[in-house]
Amino acid sequence: MKGRITVLAVALLAVCMLLPAGLFAGETLDAVKKKGVVTVGVNGGLFGFGQPDETGEWKGLDVDTGRAIATAVFGDPTKVKFVPLTAVQRFTALQSGEIDVLCRNATRTLTRDTQLGLNFVTVNYYDGQAFMVAKKLGVKSAKELSGATVCVLPGTTTEQNAADFFRTNDMKWKPVVIEQTAELAKTFFAGRCDCLTSDASQLAGTRAVAPNPADYIILPEVISKEPLAPAVRHGDDQWRDIVDYAVLAMINAEELGITSANVDEMLKSGNPVIQRFLGVTEGNGAALGLDEKFAYNIVKQVGNYGEVFERNVGVNTPLGLERGLNALWTDGGLMYSPPFK
Amino acid sequence: MTPHPTATPAYPDIKPPVTSIGLIGWIRANLFNSWFNSILTLLVLAGLFKTVPPMVKWAFIDSLWTSTSAECHADGGACWSIITANIRFILFGFYPPDQQWRPLSAMILLVVMLLITRNRRWWHRALAWAWVAALTAMWLLMRGGFIGLQFVESTQWGGMPLTLILAIFGLTAAYPLGVVLALGRQSRMPAIKSLCVIYIELIRGVPLISLLFMSSVIFPLFLPEGITVNKIIRAQAAIILFTAAYIAEVVRGGLQAIPKGQFEAADSLGLNYFQTMRLVVLPQALKIVIPPTVSILISAFKDTSLVVIIALYDILKTTQSTLSNPKWMGFSTEAYIFLAAVYFLCCFFMSNWSRQLEKDLST
Amino acid sequence: MDQQTPTTPTEPQEKISFWHDPDRLAIFYQALALTIVVLVGYYLFSNTLTNLERQNIATGFGFFGKEAAFEIGESLISYSAADTYFRALAVGVLNTLKVAFAGIILTVILGTFVGIARLSSNWLVSRLAAVYTEVLQDIPVLLQLFFWYAIFYEVLPSPRQALNPVAGVFMSNRGLVVGVPETHPAHAWMLAAFAAGCLAVWLLRRWAVHRQEETGRIFPVFWSAVAILLVLPALAWVAGGAPTAMNVPELQGFNFEGGINISPEFSALLLGLVLYTAAFVAEIVRAGIQSVSHGQTEAAMSLGLRPGKVLQLVILPQALRVIIPPLTSQMLNLTKNSSLAVAIGYPDFVSVANTTINQTGQAIEGIALIMAVYLFFSLTTSVFMNWYNKKVKLVER
Repeated sequence: MKGRITVLAVALLAVCMLLPAGLFAGETLDAVKKKGVVTVGVNGGLFGFGQPDETGEWKGLDVDTGRAIATAVFGDPTKVKFVPLTAVQRFTALQSGEIDVLCRNATRTLTRDTQLGLNFVTVNYYDGQAFMVAKKLGVKSAKELSGATVCVLPGTTTEQNAADFFRTNDMKWKPVVIEQTAELAKTFFAGRCDCLTSDASQLAGTRAVAPNPADYIILPEVISKEPLAPAVRHGDDQWRDIVDYAVLAMINAEELGITSANVDEMLKSGNPVIQRFLGVTEGNGAALGLDEKFAYNIVKQVGNYGEVFERNVGVNTPLGLERGLNALWTDGGLMYSPPFK
Repeated sequence: MTPHPTATPAYPDIKPPVTSIGLIGWIRANLFNSWFNSILTLLVLAGLFKTVPPMVKWAFIDSLWTSTSAECHADGGACWSIITANIRFILFGFYPPDQQWRPLSAMILLVVMLLITRNRRWWHRALAWAWVAALTAMWLLMRGGFIGLQFVESTQWGGMPLTLILAIFGLTAAYPLGVVLALGRQSRMPAIKSLCVIYIELIRGVPLISLLFMSSVIFPLFLPEGITVNKIIRAQAAIILFTAAYIAEVVRGGLQAIPKGQFEAADSLGLNYFQTMRLVVLPQALKIVIPPTVSILISAFKDTSLVVIIALYDILKTTQSTLSNPKWMGFSTEAYIFLAAVYFLCCFFMSNWSRQLEKDLST
Repeated sequence: MDQQTPTTPTEPQEKISFWHDPDRLAIFYQALALTIVVLVGYYLFSNTLTNLERQNIATGFGFFGKEAAFEIGESLISYSAADTYFRALAVGVLNTLKVAFAGIILTVILGTFVGIARLSSNWLVSRLAAVYTEVLQDIPVLLQLFFWYAIFYEVLPSPRQALNPVAGVFMSNRGLVVGVPETHPAHAWMLAAFAAGCLAVWLLRRWAVHRQEETGRIFPVFWSAVAILLVLPALAWVAGGAPTAMNVPELQGFNFEGGINISPEFSALLLGLVLYTAAFVAEIVRAGIQSVSHGQTEAAMSLGLRPGKVLQLVILPQALRVIIPPLTSQMLNLTKNSSLAVAIGYPDFVSVANTTINQTGQAIEGIALIMAVYLFFSLTTSVFMNWYNKKVKLVER
């Protein structure tokens, strides 16, 4: 008898425990502060953007963007938790609240901004899709690729762009789709495909790790626009602003010539723009619901955009990327920050 | 006329011909006992001669064990350095490097428990409690957050401990559920029976990977806004739900093997359903199904490798992550052979155990 | 007390408490179980609906009719990026069936061989077979797939240096390309002739069985069947004008054109699944053969049956009875494991559904489709195998 009552009680309790669970929803910032960490969705297998190194430490441009957001909230770049996600998982992980922000080289598109319940913020890397082939094939232009076998990541804008490109030019092709970037690169180098298509930055990264990088060329055509941006959930404007201005703070710091090395000196600068930016003149932090020193902390502990770029993907890294579109607007690029006032 | 028996002692016993005893005799009897077998033997020997020496040369003679990746690229043999250089990440994933004695000792604890359990002399009630204690200790050791141990979140667990945890906790938690489902399937109540049948057949009809997708991609949508469950726990839940259906089928086999007389005897003693099951039927049925349960543990252990597809860093994923490092790209054969050896040793240990149990328990 | 009225039999029944009345308890438990299931189901369902609405995610299968806009590497039916999602998913289903079908046939053949090899009197052969089953059973199939795929693309040469073992056959890291006869109307006739042959063989067998029961005379059904199945299509071929033109693969531009191409992804998947599952099938076959006692063979021999007939009439029917049920579950395992194709780039159903989920953002529909399709495969296979199992079952007196 007792046994049965226990069983019943447990069953009912289980139901009851599930039911009121819906009451705890809250603003993202409060939730993040309560947890003590910002949970960031990253790629996990993309060298230069999001990948763990040999010691298990996360490295990359997207990873550092995540650290900047954590620094904005907590003043501490280590208060961040990275969740590696596959292409399929990334948007649901954000929608469900498993992660607070997605920094996983996701392209901003109209459908994603609207139908997936996401909001993209400022672009942290301007990219475009291109093709890479082995030199010995003697191909000079993507228009000569008819009949080629093409290695491509599945389910991304890349796959659609490639399909569109071959359709518009009325060429035949055969895709080989493999979910993991590294696995895909290996297949390409082994000669399974004639050509590899991906965002230009990734192609450069892939070429850098080739057994013999000089054997491969990236074809001149860029067939798409890929503005890669962090994304947050729809509906929490405060959190959206925080993520947005965390990214912009890095860009603005570079515009103002503030680096992690000189930021302490800059605190003494008489320039009112810099004073406002670094929180010497108060106001910006309170407006965002953050510490007044949030921009100072980001620059001090993570660096400005230029530093982050050079550290992860710049010319001195295996990726060896030029700034190109990602240079400041003053240098002919697209990186532009609204004033911090 | 039969010969006189006394005539035989005149000759000493003739030894069998040398061709039927000793090494030669063995070879004749086992390798060349017919023309067909002789041809087979020669073919197999030729095949082995063609493949084994180059493989040995590649794997042991020309191989490098503790070199840098550059030396490996220059060398023609196997590059085991990819394992030795990255062993920490492969085995422990993101676990903080200064804390890695913790997963290590958790794993040692588990191996010791398995070795103890392997010996049937130790099978007492105390052992069951020891297992509960050991699993709790493992969990606490991994998790930390008390008496000075740094707290390590489960998202940082990776590599071998993750593989083992997914398999062993999966089986432990699935077992009671599986037993309940099996009893439900044998029940005379139509509603309960059909619920259990639907569950078991539904789960057994779909691939594990679809459940893992469900747990990783759409399960979050099932929960109210703001409530999230950690990725590893969700994958663990999927493995538990999956394994339970298979355990239910195994236990059903055990239940069906119990003679009807046992039920009738229990009924006539006035035992109710729960008492009958707890005191009479299950102790016998569960004993019968111990060997097939070990087989389920083996497949659960192998199946944990599928979590790679939902980007959990189990030992297969940490190895692949190492392979995607520019320095070590191209040594996938070595890395996969290493992993195959790891999995093989674990499974071989368990399957031998299951065979021995089958022998011991068949009385 | 002199009253001796016996208590009526109904009285104690009314006193049975609720907890001791199995019938009422049964109803209560069932109602409780159903209520819990319905409540939990409703709870999850309503949460999901709220979440979908809140996040503005589209629902339903409306995407079926939309343009898929992605290309699929290999397909049994014509498909291009301009086709609908529905057609793309159909391509995926067919690709899954293709690998599962080929896999099951090859697994049964290989598994039977290895199972018999394990029982061989040749020590070397039986040891090798034992090592094979033990090792391959104990390594996760996903790992084996990665391994074989790596072997395929890393070891085989590029198309321009393709291996050419036999005329018209090329092996490269783009796959195995084989020349096939040029399509010709005669082929359709040959197919029809083959089908007619099958029907004729079936009728012949029925007649032969009938005649044997009546007269005891045995008709050589097997050899006549072989003759019918070979001769009829050959006649159709000659009647159709005996076309001999071959569609031989040729290196054009990047790849081979013409012939049929078996891709490395397909080969790796097939190889991995077959080698893995055959290890289990070998054990099953061995157990099945061992389950038939030696006395059966001796008894059959002493009846004067020839060894072939002993196998066909005595051993196999009994061994199959033991073999079929576990064999069925291995076939299902193979089909389910083919979903791992997603890891090595073969466009099976899961892979196509995955891409669909990614592009439409409709994960629930996508995963429900995956589950439904596999469930359908599983159920139909078990229905078929149950029917077959009943057929081969010994009818005991």
